[in-house]
Amino acid sequence: MKEKLYLVGIVSLLLWFVPQQVYGMHIMEGYLAPVWCISWVIVCVPFLRHGYKEINKMVQDEIEVKMFLAMAGAYVFVLSALKLPSVTGSCSHPTGTSLGTILFGPSVMSILSLLVLIFQALLLAHGGITTLGANTFSMGIVGPIVTYLTFKLVCKSGGSSKLGVFLGTMLGSVMTYVVAALQLALAWPDATNGFLGAFEKYLGIFALTQIPIAVSEAVLTVLILEAMLPHMSTTFLSKTGFLKGGFKSDEA
Amino acid sequence: MKHKKTKRFQWWVGLLLVLMMLVLPTLIQKGQLFEGADDQATREIESHHPDFVPWIKPLLTPASPEIESLLFSVQAAIGTGIISYIFGYWHGRKYEKN
Repeated sequence: MKEKLYLVGIVSLLLWFVPQQVYGMHIMEGYLAPVWCISWVIVCVPFLRHGYKEINKMVQDEIEVKMFLAMAGAYVFVLSALKLPSVTGSCSHPTGTSLGTILFGPSVMSILSLLVLIFQALLLAHGGITTLGANTFSMGIVGPIVTYLTFKLVCKSGGSSKLGVFLGTMLGSVMTYVVAALQLALAWPDATNGFLGAFEKYLGIFALTQIPIAVSEAVLTVLILEAMLPHMSTTFLSKTGFLKGGFKSDEA
Repeated sequence: MKHKKTKRFQWWVGLLLVLMMLVLPTLIQKGQLFEGADDQATREIESHHPDFVPWIKPLLTPASPEIESLLFSVQAAIGTGIISYIFGYWHGRKYEKN
């Protein structure tokens, strides 16, 4: 099983070379009809409530937890600001949500992503206020959930935690944009091919560019977690989703 | 001690790999515009729905692409500042313990 996982890891690295012409980013202001804007906000609400409660608990916790939370938020902040070139010849954003997800689990990432998205929508006209619901769902909810589940799965199947981080980050990043493609296809079904046709088209548009970016992001996240690991006290490790997710601290 | 050195070396190799993955596309795809994806996505929508007009516009828009780059840089800088501060804190704490 371990060997199979490593094979998957290597193939993923090679995927960096694959994609051709495509694109991928947040949904822009005004490009989602009001009915969809509201629907996606409604979908986000339970996750955001849960995330808010979790963050509240953390903020009252020790300073060490707050520091790692700040790291997680800052990581999303930085990576979302970077337009990285992809082998497809266009640019996309990494998400940066995987660091926080692996440390704390997916729940708090909904709030952190929302904050970053608000910042970008207000000051950079990137994404949008009306599309906050949709973008939070793809980046702050589905992405982190996929990352966390993949991480746990890999660790429990005997893979190293590094591999778990790598694959989790990669899949989460790509899934974020798969969901974005889904959201666009729902709102803009193709005249001839309907929803599925549009989904296929937007998948090509959104998710394919993301793959090499996701690979780069995955490697970077592994590196930064490795750098952070020696600074985590055992209390922190036992508290967070990190150890619960199956991270093997003896690998530090 | 030797174990630590190889780990460090690996880490820096990893970082180099990341930087390469970020720079290479510009070298491989010469002549490509490397446009932002949201611009391309909106173009895609508009090409299929020519009557479409976005029903709302962003409140604030950067005055020029350069200003937009500035704002992205500021965002990245703020985030990097926080990360660096924390790593610096941990680094200092290590010496304090000794």
